[in-house]
Amino acid sequence: MGLVIKDGRVIDPANGVDGKKDLYIDGSGFVVGVGKPPPGFKAKKTIDARGRIVCPGLVDLRARLREPGLEHKATIESEVHAAVAAGITTLCCPPDTHPVIDTPAMAQMIQSRAWRFELTFIHPLGALTQGLEGRRLTDMEALDEAGCVGFTNALAPITDTLVMRRAMEYAATLDLTVFLHAEDPWLRNGGCVHEGEVGTRLGLPGIPEAAETVGVARDLALIEQTGCRAHFCNLSSGRAVTMIAEAKRQGLPVSADVTAHHLHLTEHDIGDFNTQCHVHPPLRGNRDRKELRKALKNGIISAICSDHQPHEPDAKLAPFAQSGPGISALETLLPLTLRLVDDKLLTLSQAIALLTHKPAEIIGVDTGQLGVGATADICLFDPEVRWVLTEDKIASRGHNTPFLGQEFLGRVTHTFIGGKLVFEL
Amino acid sequence: MTQNLQFDDAGRLRHLLTIEGLSRQSILEILDTAESFISVGQREIKKIPLLRGKTVVNLFFESSTRTRTTFEIAAKRLSADVINLNVGASSTSKGETLLDTIRNLEAMHTDLFVVRHAESGAAHMIARHVPPHVHIINAGDGRHAHPTQGLLDVFTIRRYKSAFEKLKVVIIGDILHSRVARSQIQALNALRVAELRVVAPKTLLLMAVEKLGVQPFTRMEEGLDGVDVIMMLRLQRERMQGALIPSEQEYFNLYGLTPAKLALAAKNAIVLHPGPMNRGLEIDSAVADGPQSVILPQVTYGIAVRMAVMALIMGGSAEPTGGRR
Repeated sequence: MGLVIKDGRVIDPANGVDGKKDLYIDGSGFVVGVGKPPPGFKAKKTIDARGRIVCPGLVDLRARLREPGLEHKATIESEVHAAVAAGITTLCCPPDTHPVIDTPAMAQMIQSRAWRFELTFIHPLGALTQGLEGRRLTDMEALDEAGCVGFTNALAPITDTLVMRRAMEYAATLDLTVFLHAEDPWLRNGGCVHEGEVGTRLGLPGIPEAAETVGVARDLALIEQTGCRAHFCNLSSGRAVTMIAEAKRQGLPVSADVTAHHLHLTEHDIGDFNTQCHVHPPLRGNRDRKELRKALKNGIISAICSDHQPHEPDAKLAPFAQSGPGISALETLLPLTLRLVDDKLLTLSQAIALLTHKPAEIIGVDTGQLGVGATADICLFDPEVRWVLTEDKIASRGHNTPFLGQEFLGRVTHTFIGGKLVFEL
Repeated sequence: MTQNLQFDDAGRLRHLLTIEGLSRQSILEILDTAESFISVGQREIKKIPLLRGKTVVNLFFESSTRTRTTFEIAAKRLSADVINLNVGASSTSKGETLLDTIRNLEAMHTDLFVVRHAESGAAHMIARHVPPHVHIINAGDGRHAHPTQGLLDVFTIRRYKSAFEKLKVVIIGDILHSRVARSQIQALNALRVAELRVVAPKTLLLMAVEKLGVQPFTRMEEGLDGVDVIMMLRLQRERMQGALIPSEQEYFNLYGLTPAKLALAAKNAIVLHPGPMNRGLEIDSAVADGPQSVILPQVTYGIAVRMAVMALIMGGSAEPTGGRR
């Protein structure tokens, strides 16, 4: 009944494993042996993983599936297929769907739609306030029961500081994690690029670095006051990293993530109004990119996420500020992270940790590792293969990415969910 | 990218989207061509057959009188057929995308679009999606660029002053929101002026403005000291909202060009303004109508410069246009 993945290099950072080992999975989809089979194990199927890395399935803290509400951009069905092609076996979906995920019914509906395909496991993030309007709290306990792994107002700012304080206090009461997109909406002032050299040259309204640092400072003060556990999403500036580092040093219960594209692109990639580089928060300067990279190395940032935002082609065929922000990014999450290994910033094991057990810890789920007894959510990739990203290779409905035409080193070849092979290149 | 988009494979100017990336040489070529068109406006019959049979569409998504009129006159003096479309905000409210609007007009065999749009980058976006025989002139996109204005300003300066390399120039006013300022800065830097300054309160200056190759000042008296050319910018009255400036009175006191302030500049300094002027807000009538003002000649030269740009851009296309010098 069992499955054996043979002769691969198993990298399981959570359990300190890195070496050539066989991985044994039983008929119920659990890991039952690493390196040696349990007594009486019989393999029904063998996967030859020679030359491949065998790692836990990737955990993506933020991917928009566009369903419900924006099905002309993508659907749960299209995007879970893209996710498994990218080696992603667990992902979190923010509550800014239409309708908003602010009721248990919505949370359950999204999960049950995803379960039909038996592919990537979807954890909803619940809305922090009803309708994301920043006024009344949601039924967090009921949403938690319904499977929400965290609470956030997504990109809708909670401008009323008192509401934010209450939301944090209430979340702390129930021991829930709040996900924050820290940004001062007044300082953002309708901007669409970093307020810097490129925005100045192109005459595009800028978002100053202070929009982020003022937002982070406010939220940190409230975290200190309330004791709420908080996760900062999508840091974009070096100064925000310094503030999170200081908060961690003081022992505040905070964590942070960054998108893969903010580790590779800067405002200069916008060139002459390349709308594929229109993202939020904006791509900032070289110094910021350097600081974000450094923060991965020293543990201030503990997860890399895709911040996947698929769009229909027309959404990007507009003047820059009017184009839809975001990148279709599931399928470049691993390749862009592997580039950091190629750049000698991270070891392979460190890189995989940032995509697996570390994000899993942030949402408090027992995945992202391959110890005996773990669910066999597994990603196999060939670290040596060179390939070029072209539109026909993208499984997501959204083809909006600034990385089209670029060469990558390393590509997913197999994905298993609960021991079942769900993707093979 | 700009260069690729504006020039064809042979290096000829195909679109005019921004002055960024234009060499000193190509700017001078445009100015010299404009010089030769000046006389056309002074003739009894103000027409030459250079663009006979060509269709020019003035596509204005933002209202404008002066710019649209001068483009229209320029195209008509070159014998092109001109259609004016003031699309305003209505096309988008009907649900048609910008590209759909362009494609529909393209299907009517338009040769040249003169486009004004409220969004930075609109002209670039259009240029990227039209077939090779269709030309685009940017008549102002958001806060980004207004290249023909920048060109007509340097043309005017050249008419009144000698070598650019010896000139000290100052641009005064709402730099932050001004597409005119960006195009002026790029043109003047390409022509290697001796000194280029900008003057504005910090609320109307740009982040990293010195990267554009200018020296920023906040006090008008310092910025004006000894300059040969003063380029005033229009201040939109709605800037009083949003806490950018406190009042018209305070702005005029600090940044309005009065005869007393003008006296700080070089003795025979000239004053430019892209229009329309707010008298008593950014400029005193005594200066606007005074002997050092070249504001009305700017308008006249605007026609010749726009003729030159159209002629050079369309001159690159396949059909013989006849009457080419």
